[in-house]
Amino acid sequence: MSETQTPTGEPGAASDDAPSTATAAANASPARATGRRSFLPRLTLLRHLLILVVGAALAVLLLESTELNTNIKLGNVAYLAVAAGGLTLLTGLSGQISLGHGALMAVGAYTTALMLDVERGDEPPSLFLVFLAAIAATTVVGALVGVAAARLHGPYLAGATLALAVGIPGLALYFSDTLGGEQGITVRPPERPEWFDNAVEQLSGASGRGLNDKWVAYIAVACLLVTYFFLANLMRSRMGRTWRAVRDQEVAAELAGISLGSWRVLAFVVSAAAAGLAGAVLAIVVQLAAPGSFLPVLSLSLLTAVVIGGLGSLTGALLGSALLVFLPPWLIDIGRDVFDMEEAQASQASFVVYGLLLVVTMLFAPAGLVGTVRLALLRRRAARATAAAGGR
Amino acid sequence: MEQFLSLTLGGVVSGSVYAAFALALVLIWRSTRIVNFAQGSMAAATTFIAVAVIDAGGSYWLALVVALLSGLVMGALIERVVIRPVEGGPELNAVIVTLGLFVAIQGIVALVAGVDERAFVPPFSKVGYEVREGFTLLSLSPNSIWTVAAVLVTMLALTALFRFTRVGLAMRASAFGQEVARLLGVRVGRMLTLGWALAAAVGALAGMLIAGDVSFVGPTFMDTLIVFGFVAAVLGGLDSPIGAVVGGLLLGLALNYVRGYLDDSLLGMASLVILVVVLLVRPGGLFSTTAARRA
Repeated sequence: MSETQTPTGEPGAASDDAPSTATAAANASPARATGRRSFLPRLTLLRHLLILVVGAALAVLLLESTELNTNIKLGNVAYLAVAAGGLTLLTGLSGQISLGHGALMAVGAYTTALMLDVERGDEPPSLFLVFLAAIAATTVVGALVGVAAARLHGPYLAGATLALAVGIPGLALYFSDTLGGEQGITVRPPERPEWFDNAVEQLSGASGRGLNDKWVAYIAVACLLVTYFFLANLMRSRMGRTWRAVRDQEVAAELAGISLGSWRVLAFVVSAAAAGLAGAVLAIVVQLAAPGSFLPVLSLSLLTAVVIGGLGSLTGALLGSALLVFLPPWLIDIGRDVFDMEEAQASQASFVVYGLLLVVTMLFAPAGLVGTVRLALLRRRAARATAAAGGR
Repeated sequence: MEQFLSLTLGGVVSGSVYAAFALALVLIWRSTRIVNFAQGSMAAATTFIAVAVIDAGGSYWLALVVALLSGLVMGALIERVVIRPVEGGPELNAVIVTLGLFVAIQGIVALVAGVDERAFVPPFSKVGYEVREGFTLLSLSPNSIWTVAAVLVTMLALTALFRFTRVGLAMRASAFGQEVARLLGVRVGRMLTLGWALAAAVGALAGMLIAGDVSFVGPTFMDTLIVFGFVAAVLGGLDSPIGAVVGGLLLGLALNYVRGYLDDSLLGMASLVILVVVLLVRPGGLFSTTAARRA
């Protein structure tokens, strides 16, 4: 079971699965690594709870101080970040790559769409139940994929998951009677409770037509916060450490009694659950589940987000997702105004930038944005500590 | 029966294109242990260069030569500039770099040529031969014969290159034992560049053949082909050119039966199932004899 079956290039190469500098930076706990005092609580759970509360307050502030248009974009950032968070756990911690997370999002989105189909007359189930169902369905698919993926590594795993990304949208076309074919399924917007209207009225005085979009954006951001709280705790827990051991030293981990295979499957399952939730939120934000939203390019964009942000870092995944949402409109404007291009053509510029960023990041700063900054800080502190010690 | 015959022949034709694509992947894997996920985008780019030549009044054959040459140059450039730094490093870094190239090149093609799909006229007729009165084999046409022949000739030429020339020997040496080859005076770096250039040229050929087969080109028209090519290469064990060709043909047949008896939309899923089964049952490919070594 634990055997990595695919032939590796050279002996010893198998333990190099993860970009090592990339993850070394992400592994260091911000405060403890250098023994410096920090204003954050030492207890991990408390620290994360504090960050969660501050994050929630910031999110409300951000959503209330921006236009409706930006609210919708923040909703997009939120679901991309949920999926990217799952992917960064998988690639950064357990060292497996997945180009199939877009397909896993499709599973979550279609589950949601089937339960909230506009054409269904009866009372829709509660949103909480729908999300749970989407997560459950994706977890099952993720477990299936994970069992196969646990035995593959590097390029083999990338190829297999890429095949998944290409294959799953085809299923929506094949079962077009239930899954709506090319047009997809239109999703019923969630009912917003009355207290929300009142609360928003109090906070920013907004009312009327756009409130539903605002409510959806709040749901998306809430999902993001809860997911990241969960993932952050997981990464700092015994499980997170075990995954790092599996990634960095297969043999040593096995000697320590860790079953490589089952831990890899577990990483895939957790990561898939996040992707499923992301898909469910996507379905509600976009109010549509169609195969066109889940092309391989979505999976590659998610990978771009986590690599640029820094593998293994949730902050990095969030920043990368924000880049995915806010960069394209800006580039399209430039393409239209400066180069006089049509919008569809100009929108391709963002892919050029994603691709080049992926290459440049890997060549010059494999630790990504967050990792590079963190490494630089660690290095400065270490240098200062040495200088202080030498002066004494 | 007639449908089966037609599907089988069609499978051989599309299989030979997958084989060419798999061949390109294998050439790179052998020399640098990297799976070039950018192969599809690179082939799309060279095919668009060929389309530009045809638009400017050139013939198909001139366009083909230009496509192959631009493939050579592009492959060599990419190896020298962006692949060299990640060679021999962590596996994932190389994978991510080629994926970045995949996205970037596809974007550049779409930026320059537009996102719309365009018609592509194959060099030979695509009308099937009439085998007997009232029965035309749709999949057996002059163009399909050209497709299969071009792939076969390429494979033979590559085999001859590897087996009978000094350059081929040097390339094999640097693929199998870099350090020893370097000690014996082989310019390993140059051989790796040459390997990438050759692979990109083979990929460019595959792009031209596929464009003729489906009669259109678009920036993303090679997207599924990268998956099929990869599956074909893994079927053949990723390491052997002949394995790649056999794998390509087998995959072409299997997928064409799926297309004929089930549905087009299941092709991706079918290739995934084939890939996973092969990797779990015979990870070294269908023809592997030695057991996989554990690092």
